[in-house]
Amino acid sequence: MSEDILEIGGRGIASRLFTGTGKYGDDSLIPGVCEASGSEVITVALRRVDLNAGTENVMDHIPGHMQLLPNTSGARTADEAVRIARLARAMGCGDWIKIEVISDSRYLLPDGYETAKATEILAKEGFVVLPYINADLYVARSLADAGAAAVMPLGAPIGTNRGLKTREMIRILIEEIDLPIVVDAGIGRPSEACEAMEMGADAVLVNTAIATASDPIRMAGAFGRAVRAGRAAYLAGPGATRRHADASSPLTGFLGAV
Amino acid sequence: MSFYPLIAEYAASLPDARFAEFTGEDVRRAMERTTPTAEDFMALISPAGLPLLEEMAQKATRLTARYFGRTISLFTPLYLSNFCTNHCVYCGFNCRNDIHRSMLTLDQVDAEGAAIAATGLKHLLILTGDATAKAGVDYLEECTGVLNKHFPSVSIEVFAMTEEEYARLVRAGVDGLTMFQETYNEALYAILHPKGPKRDFRFRLDAPERGCRAGMRVVNVGALLGLDQWRRDALFTGLHASYLMDRYPEVDIAVSLPRMRPHAGEYQPASVVSDRELVQLMLALRIFLPRLGITISTREAPGFRENIMPLGVTRMSAGVSTAVGGHSDTATDDKDVGQFEISDGRSVDEMCAVIKAQGFQPVFKDWEPIFGARGAA
Repeated sequence: MSEDILEIGGRGIASRLFTGTGKYGDDSLIPGVCEASGSEVITVALRRVDLNAGTENVMDHIPGHMQLLPNTSGARTADEAVRIARLARAMGCGDWIKIEVISDSRYLLPDGYETAKATEILAKEGFVVLPYINADLYVARSLADAGAAAVMPLGAPIGTNRGLKTREMIRILIEEIDLPIVVDAGIGRPSEACEAMEMGADAVLVNTAIATASDPIRMAGAFGRAVRAGRAAYLAGPGATRRHADASSPLTGFLGAV
Repeated sequence: MSFYPLIAEYAASLPDARFAEFTGEDVRRAMERTTPTAEDFMALISPAGLPLLEEMAQKATRLTARYFGRTISLFTPLYLSNFCTNHCVYCGFNCRNDIHRSMLTLDQVDAEGAAIAATGLKHLLILTGDATAKAGVDYLEECTGVLNKHFPSVSIEVFAMTEEEYARLVRAGVDGLTMFQETYNEALYAILHPKGPKRDFRFRLDAPERGCRAGMRVVNVGALLGLDQWRRDALFTGLHASYLMDRYPEVDIAVSLPRMRPHAGEYQPASVVSDRELVQLMLALRIFLPRLGITISTREAPGFRENIMPLGVTRMSAGVSTAVGGHSDTATDDKDVGQFEISDGRSVDEMCAVIKAQGFQPVFKDWEPIFGARGAA
C-alpha cells in the first residue's frame, strides 16, 4: 500500500486522515494524536494562532513533519477569507489554505458563492486552496474551474458528529469531480470515516470526534486504522451490491440462453 | 425590527403561575426535541426541571463539547471611567452614591492595557459608566486605538448607542458588544431607573440589535438576575438571544448570567437565584440554543465556577478588578470602589491552572484583528 499516495498541491501524502487542532482540552495531546493517527495534514484556525504569545501557542504542539493547513475560520465573506489567507502566508504558515466562509453561526453551513470567489483569487496568488463546501455539484465544479487543489464537502454540519448525511451527494462529487475529494465535518465515528473511504473519497478530515473523545489519542488511532481499512477496501474493489436479491424464477427465463 | 413587540406579547400573557404548570414530562420532551421551541425553553427553566438537573447536565455537557470543545475562553474587564449620570438603584456606580469618581487618561489606559496584556490575556472588555459628556464615543474610540496595540479583541460594555455610533467603534477596532437589559420587566425597569439616559427602556432593549447591524462580531446580552422574579428575566434573556440569532446569523450571540451581589447601594435583590437554579438556567440555555456563548463572571465563587465549567460555559473572566485603574500601579487611585464585589479574585495564572485541572484548555486568543473594517485599511 506504500505506493498509494494522495497528491495535493505537489505534495505526496501517505495518510488519508487529516486532523485538526480545535476543541482539545489540552493542546499537548496534539503530537500524540498525530502519531497515533498517522496523519500528515493538520488544520489550524488562524484566529487562534498567536505567534506573540508569552506562554502557550497551539503552533508549538504541531510536529514539524506535518503539512500545515491554516483555515479561515471566522471569515464571513470572500474578502475576509482572502485577507486571512494572506496573513497566514505572511506569518509563515505556508501556502496551503482551507477556505471556510461561514456567515451562519447557528448551523455553521459554508457559503459556496463566497467560497468560490475566494478560491479564484487565492489560487491565482499561488495558494494551494482546499475549500470547505456543501456537497453540491455546481459549487464543486466552479471550485475546480477556479483552481482549487481539492474539494472538501461536509458529511454533516461542523461539530454535529452526525456522520455521512450527505452520502449520495458526496458520491456524485466523487464520480464527477476530477479533484481529490476530502470529506470534512460531521464524521463522528471511525466506521463513518471508513465508509467515506470505501465510497472512494480521497481523504477525510476529522477534528471534533477526536478532540472531544474521552481518550483522544486512542480515538485518533481508531480513525487512522478505519481510514486505512476503508481505503484498502476501495482499492480492492468491493463486489457490486444489489438492491434486490436474485429472483429464483427469473422473469426472462423463458427466453432461454443467448 | 425590534424584540420589543415580542416581549410585550409574552409579558401580557405570562403570569408567574405559568412556570408552575410544567411537568417533568414537558421537561423530558423539551430535552428530546431536535430544535426546542420557546415553550420548551420555559419548561426547561420551570420548577419541574429542578429534579431533572442531572439528565439536563448530561445533555448540555455533550452539546457544549461538540460545539465548543473542551475549552474556556478568557477575558478581563477594564474599567475606564466610573462617572455616571444614571440613578440605577441597584448599582455601585449610581450617580448618587458617594464614591470616588475617576477616568483614565490615554496614558493610563495604555499602562492598564500593558499590565493586563502581561498576564497573557488577549480579549479585553472595556467599561464605562453613562456620562457621555466625559467618557463618550470619542473617548472610547481613542481608548480602542490605544488598546488595539495590546489586544486582538476589544469589546465594549458601556451606555446604549445609536447604530451609527456602534459602527464608528467597529471601524475603530471594537469587535464585541455586551449590553445588559438589567430587567425585561418594563414597569420594574422604570422604577429601577428613575432618572438618567438609561431610563429609555426601548432604546436599551434595541441596542444589541443595533450593534448587530453595525457589524459587531459578538453580541452578549443578559439580565441582572434577581431584580425581578428570575424565571421571567431568564425566559426573556433566552428569547432575546434566539431573536438575535435568527435575524443576525453572521453574529456570534452570547449571554451572561449575572446574579445580584452585595454592593455600595441600598437596593437588595427581589428574588435570589440559588446555585441549583443558576445551573438549571445555564443547562436550559445550552439545550435551547446549542451554539450560544455563555459567559460567567467573577461574581461567582471559585468552587462554583470550577464545577460549572463542563456544563455549558464558554467564556470566563479572570484577573478581575472592577475599580477604575485597578490593574496597574500607575493608574490606581487609592481606595477606589468597584462597581460590585467580586467573589473570585484569582489571577490569570491561577485560573489557567484551575481550568486545566478540570480537563479544559484556557483559550487566550480566538480572534485576529484582520477581521472587520479595521483589517481592510
